[in-house]
Amino acid sequence: MEGVRIKLSIRIVLSVLCFLFTTLWLIPVIASLVTSFRTYDDILLNGFWSIPKSLTFNNFIEAWNRGGLAHYLPNSFIITIPCLIGTLFLSSLGGYALSRFRFPGNKLILFIFVAGMMLPFQILLLPVFKLTDALNIYDTYWALIIFHTSFQLGFCTFVLRNYMHTMPEEILEAARVDGCSEFRVYWQIMMPLTLPAMGALATLEFTWIFNDFLWALILLQRDALKPISTGMATLVGQYIMEWTVITAGSMIAALPTVIVFLFLQRYFVSGLTLGAVKG
Amino acid sequence: MVPLLLFLMWVIGPMLYTFYLSFTNWDGVSSAQFIGITNYIRLFKDPVFQIALLNNLKWLVSLITVPVIMGLGLAMALNSSIPGARVIKAAFFMPYVLSFIIVGMIFGWMYHPAGGLINNTLHAIGLDWLALGWLSSTKLATWCIIAAAVWRQVGYVMILYLAGLQSIDSTLVDAAKVDGCNSWQLFRRIIFPLLAPITVIIVTISIIDSLRSFDLVFIMTRGGPANSTSVLANFMYIEAFNNYKMGYGAAIAVIMFLITAVFIFIYLRRVLRTEMEY
Repeated sequence: MEGVRIKLSIRIVLSVLCFLFTTLWLIPVIASLVTSFRTYDDILLNGFWSIPKSLTFNNFIEAWNRGGLAHYLPNSFIITIPCLIGTLFLSSLGGYALSRFRFPGNKLILFIFVAGMMLPFQILLLPVFKLTDALNIYDTYWALIIFHTSFQLGFCTFVLRNYMHTMPEEILEAARVDGCSEFRVYWQIMMPLTLPAMGALATLEFTWIFNDFLWALILLQRDALKPISTGMATLVGQYIMEWTVITAGSMIAALPTVIVFLFLQRYFVSGLTLGAVKG
Repeated sequence: MVPLLLFLMWVIGPMLYTFYLSFTNWDGVSSAQFIGITNYIRLFKDPVFQIALLNNLKWLVSLITVPVIMGLGLAMALNSSIPGARVIKAAFFMPYVLSFIIVGMIFGWMYHPAGGLINNTLHAIGLDWLALGWLSSTKLATWCIIAAAVWRQVGYVMILYLAGLQSIDSTLVDAAKVDGCNSWQLFRRIIFPLLAPITVIIVTISIIDSLRSFDLVFIMTRGGPANSTSVLANFMYIEAFNNYKMGYGAAIAVIMFLITAVFIFIYLRRVLRTEMEY
């Protein structure tokens, strides 16, 4: 597709149009950002399109301290990081087994993983709620960590299995002949080769788990444990009319995933395409 | 195998258990009693169920048309060498990394009748008559929420189409040009057919996503006004966790599952067919 060449003049017009359209597309974010630096009274009195009289950081401070983001944000990381490590480790093991060994039920297991990852969450809500209660982990970090880790195994195992499948068998065979145990073959040969796919999955899974709202809503009650997603919902209730604080809170909440995306864009995009295009 | 056990315990097992619950009158406290298909009979007579189902249909149609067309258009435009294509790509994709909660809050503010961006802008340019209570109108509210979902989805579809375009063999395109194809013919006869497999996947994923929609409705309207923005996922949540009709909620979940299952099946056939050949 590199071969598509268009006349220079058309290209310039097209790119100007694209830029205008892009700016328009990002107006929700840009406008929220501007709002969060202004005072509530200023916007209420003079409207959004007036020239701001003064800029302030107070909205951010308010959202961070009294809005509770100071403890919601760390909670999100406490939940997300163990999930990431657990899912990637377990799914790389699973993917290795599914890609390298022929055993009865191999295809069936792959089928279960792929089908499971697409289920509507509602079909799982009640029993998972009940299960965490029975295991005495309801309303603890563990409930979310164990559930997310288990659920995301479907997608990760599927992607890693496909990725590992493309590796030449000869490399592994050579190691086995040299007397490597099966776990060492996996750990010292397959794992390093799979790192690009793992990186892609890690960025994607970070965003997904970090952004989860529904499960945090169902499995956590204590305000002290809430991650930023359900925490933000609480904040909206608290500052129902003060839009400047709410937009400031949204900007803080958006920061982690936006940073991950900006720095690891390449991985992020390849993760999405690994899952969907190559299939 | 630990991964499989965990997955069976937390995903497949619960799914089957929900089927069982849907035939009971469980309320979350007392023990569940088997009541046959009573839940389902009630469900089909419930007016909120019909509203939710219709709203899910609106979501579905919107998500498989607007983002797909826009995403494909953007991908086509950005695939030719426009200066600044990287920045534009990143800008369109950025909304996808924001959580639905943040998108919901940003759009909730934009739609706000007094302080919101939309009405502020309309007043500023003298279109006062157009300044409505966007989310408080039973007719408009669902479409307003869907607009937020579409805004988030476009970049995602664009990325998938860009990947699809990159995998097209450029000799095919060159050959068509040598044969005198114009741009439209090239797109219509060569590129679009080659993108058909990825289009099927994008449409299926969008359909499944549309049935999963919950967060945006929850944060923007909670299903109101007068249930007009309710979707199945929210309807289920409210019945099960606010009204403690867990058996009834399970029945709603089963209906959602049955609708989704059709599309999961289509997706699986696409995806696993290539796998089976190994």
